[in-house]
Amino acid sequence: MAAYVARRLLGAIPLVLGIATIIFFVVNLAPGDPTALYFNQNVPPEVLEQIRRNFGLDQPLLVRYWKWLTSFFTGDFGYSFAHSRPVADIILETLGPTLILAGCTLVLIFAAGIATGVIQAVRQHRPADRILSITSLFFYSMPSFWLGLMLMLLLSLKAHEWGLPFALPPTGMTSVDYEFLSFGGKLADRATHLVLPVLTLSLVMAAGIARYTRGQMLEVIHQDYIRTARAKGLPGRTVVLKHALRNSLLPVITLLGLYMPLLFSGSVFVEVIFSWPGMGRVIVDAIFQRDYPLVMATSFIFALVVVLGSLVADILYAVADPRIRYD
Amino acid sequence: MSELPVADVLAAEPDEETTLPPSKGDSDLGGRTLEEVDPGDALVHVRGLKKHFPLRGGFLSRIQGHVKAVDGVTFWVGKGETLGLVGESGSGKSTTGRAILRLIEPTEGTVVFAGQDVTAMDAEDLQALRRQAQIIFQDPFASLNPRMTVGDAIREVLKVHGLARGEGADARVRELLRLVGLRPEYASRYPHEFSGGQRQRIGIARALSVEPEFIVCDEPVSALDVSVQAQVVNLLEELQQRLGLAFLFIAHDLSVVEHVSDRVAVMYLGRIVETADAEQLTRSPKHPYTRALLSAVPVPEPGRKRERIVLPGDVPSPIDPPSGCPFHPRCPHPLKDQDCARTVPPLAEKAPGQFAACIKEPAYVAPTGS
Repeated sequence: MAAYVARRLLGAIPLVLGIATIIFFVVNLAPGDPTALYFNQNVPPEVLEQIRRNFGLDQPLLVRYWKWLTSFFTGDFGYSFAHSRPVADIILETLGPTLILAGCTLVLIFAAGIATGVIQAVRQHRPADRILSITSLFFYSMPSFWLGLMLMLLLSLKAHEWGLPFALPPTGMTSVDYEFLSFGGKLADRATHLVLPVLTLSLVMAAGIARYTRGQMLEVIHQDYIRTARAKGLPGRTVVLKHALRNSLLPVITLLGLYMPLLFSGSVFVEVIFSWPGMGRVIVDAIFQRDYPLVMATSFIFALVVVLGSLVADILYAVADPRIRYD
Repeated sequence: MSELPVADVLAAEPDEETTLPPSKGDSDLGGRTLEEVDPGDALVHVRGLKKHFPLRGGFLSRIQGHVKAVDGVTFWVGKGETLGLVGESGSGKSTTGRAILRLIEPTEGTVVFAGQDVTAMDAEDLQALRRQAQIIFQDPFASLNPRMTVGDAIREVLKVHGLARGEGADARVRELLRLVGLRPEYASRYPHEFSGGQRQRIGIARALSVEPEFIVCDEPVSALDVSVQAQVVNLLEELQQRLGLAFLFIAHDLSVVEHVSDRVAVMYLGRIVETADAEQLTRSPKHPYTRALLSAVPVPEPGRKRERIVLPGDVPSPIDPPSGCPFHPRCPHPLKDQDCARTVPPLAEKAPGQFAACIKEPAYVAPTGS
């Protein structure tokens, strides 16, 4: 197994290099350049030219590419044009919130999705299955940005007006008075701020996992070995959770790899809608500002997470299924 | 005769009965039926067992009919005895086997196991039943959980029934594997590492782990190569003798059933059409279906050939079985007539201890006073 992981990690190197190259050229060949930010009737062209020189944009593309690549892989992510700060600092600041958001969502979508799928499969064709089916289809077909806005409206902005006993904070990661709260209060404050963004991201994706789990469970439940388990005299709960669920989870694990990109691209929307101070929002701003170093670094990190995600899924696959051996 | 009365038009519609010769009055409905026989202290006694699966379809998936997989079967299995249950695919053999153990819920009828009514059991009683009655499934590849080692699968049984734990359980697993002719070290292997025959042995070890009195063998050798079939059949017979087990041996291969069974029951479209001692049944079958089945068994003698009775058509759908005798549309019986399409034939005694559901076979009347 260790050999397999090492081999996969080695194999990821050309992949990552390729990703970095594509990101560089896509970003740099896109029309417009960072000086557009400073473009103004009162700014003489010589000044813009000077700015270009300062950013190193006057050099040939391939020279820039080589310089960027070598410094990038030695850990120097460059200097953000728009923020006038090292890219590494910005990433360090924003990676945390994004990982919190994505991590909580990941746990929630798999927990809720699998639980829903199992309930549906066990209660196939009964009312519980129907209701959950319709509900998950409802969320599955909903664009996450719109769901985010609706949740914000329902559970936050209009919550008191509509008689709900609570109103969740609509934006940000902490309240304005965060610094003055006790430790427990701080924790609670962060948790309540997490609810809406995580819910927005999760509902859509959990619905997908629920549908997938249901299908897998139904397939497994009709297998002979489930009948064997019943014939052994095992209680229903053991049959469902130990025999049926474990065998159904195998393909669901592959979703982990597939959902990683969705999770991060989804978080870009959600971070913008909920003003979540994460990397997604930084990417959007950086793209509009043609902030090349920042766009490249953040996109690269997203790509890296996706590569790692599929690696983790492959490893989990082997852990979960004794028939799969990678060596 | 230019205008036909309505009644005549209706009567002129093609009817199954019209294709049959008119009644000849030679039908025999007499004879003792299987239901009337007292099997004494049978271990398993099944009476009038039915399993109808609802067919859903259309708007709002309403019930549109029933698949009559098992339509009223009666039989018993004595202690240490083997009853062979034969029939074509879809005749309801497996469904019967599963319904007896309540792996599926029977629609109607009673199953009495060791004096207890299985059909009335609650979850707790059922759990206790699983200690005494077990099942071996047909497909050794699908019936083992691919993600559990052989040892874990058996230990799970021991644990849930509180039979052994820890060291004791490990020892029992090794013992069971040895009992079915496998190496004790195999306990730590996964099912995919075994061949079909070995897997079936694992299935048998698993079934034996609770020390049952009765095992439903649901086509235990159908999925195996012929050479391996003999090994598994011999193992089952050997275990039966050593442990005093009773078997309900389900198969579609009459030669295997003949070999292992004390008594045989033949099923067709969810009903038993004939039952007798294995030897008697093969020597002088009374039901035309049994005769046709027997004619298909290959004769292990070069040059010699049995006259093969080929049945016309296919097995009818159990959703809408033929009227009267379910076998009549395919029946080659020379005396077949309209009565066959009208009367449901009782499973009546045609020779001592031999019951067949055919009204065209003369009933056996026991000599009075004996």
